[in-house]
Amino acid sequence: MMVGTRDMRLFAAVIGFVCFATATVTQAASTQSDFDAALAGALAAEKDAGALKNQWTTTEQTLAAAKKAAAAGDFDAAVKQAKLAEALAKASIAQAKEQDTAWKAGVIH
Amino acid sequence: MASTIRVRAVASGDVTEVQALVQHPMDSGFVKDAQGNLIPPHHIEVVDFQHAGKTVFTALWGPAVAKDPYIKFNFKGGQKGDDISVSWVDNKGESDSLTAKIS
Amino acid sequence: MLRVIAVLIAALFLAGARPAAAADAINPDADFKAFRDYFTKKFPNVPLNDFVNGPYSMDAGLRKQWEAIEDFPPYDFAVDRGKDMFATPFKNGKTYGDCFPNKGIGIRQDYPYFDLKTGEVITLELALNRCRETNGEASYSYVKDEMASLTAYMAFTSRGKPFDIKIPNDPRARAAYENGAKYFYSRRGQLNFSCASCHVQSAGEHIRTEVLAPALGILAAMPIYRSEWGGMGTISRRFVTCNSQVRGVPLDPQDENYRDVEYYLSYMANGLPISGPGARP
Repeated sequence: MMVGTRDMRLFAAVIGFVCFATATVTQAASTQSDFDAALAGALAAEKDAGALKNQWTTTEQTLAAAKKAAAAGDFDAAVKQAKLAEALAKASIAQAKEQDTAWKAGVIH
Repeated sequence: MASTIRVRAVASGDVTEVQALVQHPMDSGFVKDAQGNLIPPHHIEVVDFQHAGKTVFTALWGPAVAKDPYIKFNFKGGQKGDDISVSWVDNKGESDSLTAKIS
Repeated sequence: MLRVIAVLIAALFLAGARPAAAADAINPDADFKAFRDYFTKKFPNVPLNDFVNGPYSMDAGLRKQWEAIEDFPPYDFAVDRGKDMFATPFKNGKTYGDCFPNKGIGIRQDYPYFDLKTGEVITLELALNRCRETNGEASYSYVKDEMASLTAYMAFTSRGKPFDIKIPNDPRARAAYENGAKYFYSRRGQLNFSCASCHVQSAGEHIRTEVLAPALGILAAMPIYRSEWGGMGTISRRFVTCNSQVRGVPLDPQDENYRDVEYYLSYMANGLPISGPGARP
């Protein structure tokens, strides 16, 4: 059965609507509260690294960069930096935990 | 206040070897401190060594000479027991001098 | 069912019990011999006592320059200043000499030591600040010139005396020694280096333009006048900067871990002569 013109127009309208709807669903920009949450996660991890006496200078620098970006209002960059800082802090924690036993492998015998 | 100059002079035949160590920051004026501010220039400009009333060595220093500079040279003449005097003056007008005996 | 529970509980109990043998596993004498043999085998042409000269025992060209510098050493000012400080009484009339055996002269080679009363490692730098505090004076920064002048003078009065570090027969002392060994061999910082990475595996090799000193006797020349720093550096300063160089946030200058690694390295240098204060590139 042939699709009628009315169905075509409805079809086109539906396609058009879907395209329109997709075009308006862009990535939402990070906000102050997004940054606050990301920073809190990074600071918590860095504190744990501090308890293990194994913080990295790069983590501290990245935290500083995150705070600076947030102060300038660039929350996208600030969230990125804060998440990177958290990853670095977690890596330093993993290093400390591994080295807790792995150090013996390097001892001169 | 201890002297900023240490000097040792040793006579051997008719040649005297002189060594001196001078305590001085020798700031070039190009270096920044931790806050990012330039540390102002503060360096020795002239060092003068005298024996028997005559200048036997003059050094004209500037920003290129590093902190706590060391100097060594020989001069003809000078005998054990003679006086050798060293003096310096810097770009701020500060100075110090010392007289030692040739050994 | 009950039997299963009983077996599980028994397994947990046994798993938690620490075997007595572990405590005896710390053997400083065996470590000492192995450490020494490693370096004497790796560098058969270096006389044992020469290891205390760090990079100069590893590189002939560097040594020549050092010998010229030693003719008129840059640490002379620090030694003189330290001597003056030793002779100057505190506000209460006491002096540094009153805090130390033999008035503080010729004793540097006995530090660090393990204090059985307080259960901690006492380094020379820590002892000097405690002396100041006990006598009503403010403590000095561990990384600045005043502390360096004091330790330079004390090292100078001990020149040539062999390290004589003791580990008393006490589990806390052995634990401090072991913690020092652990610190020395643990990788840290984003660059993932341990002290051993440079000073054991790469001793004698270059890192950028510097020649790496062997760990054997590495503290014997401290404090040092470093040309790179344009001034004196204490043991605390050296540990702090080594940490930041591997991108590790430094600990507080006299943190327990730093004092323990100083204890470990000094014990490993027993018998080697104090060569401090030193001059380094």
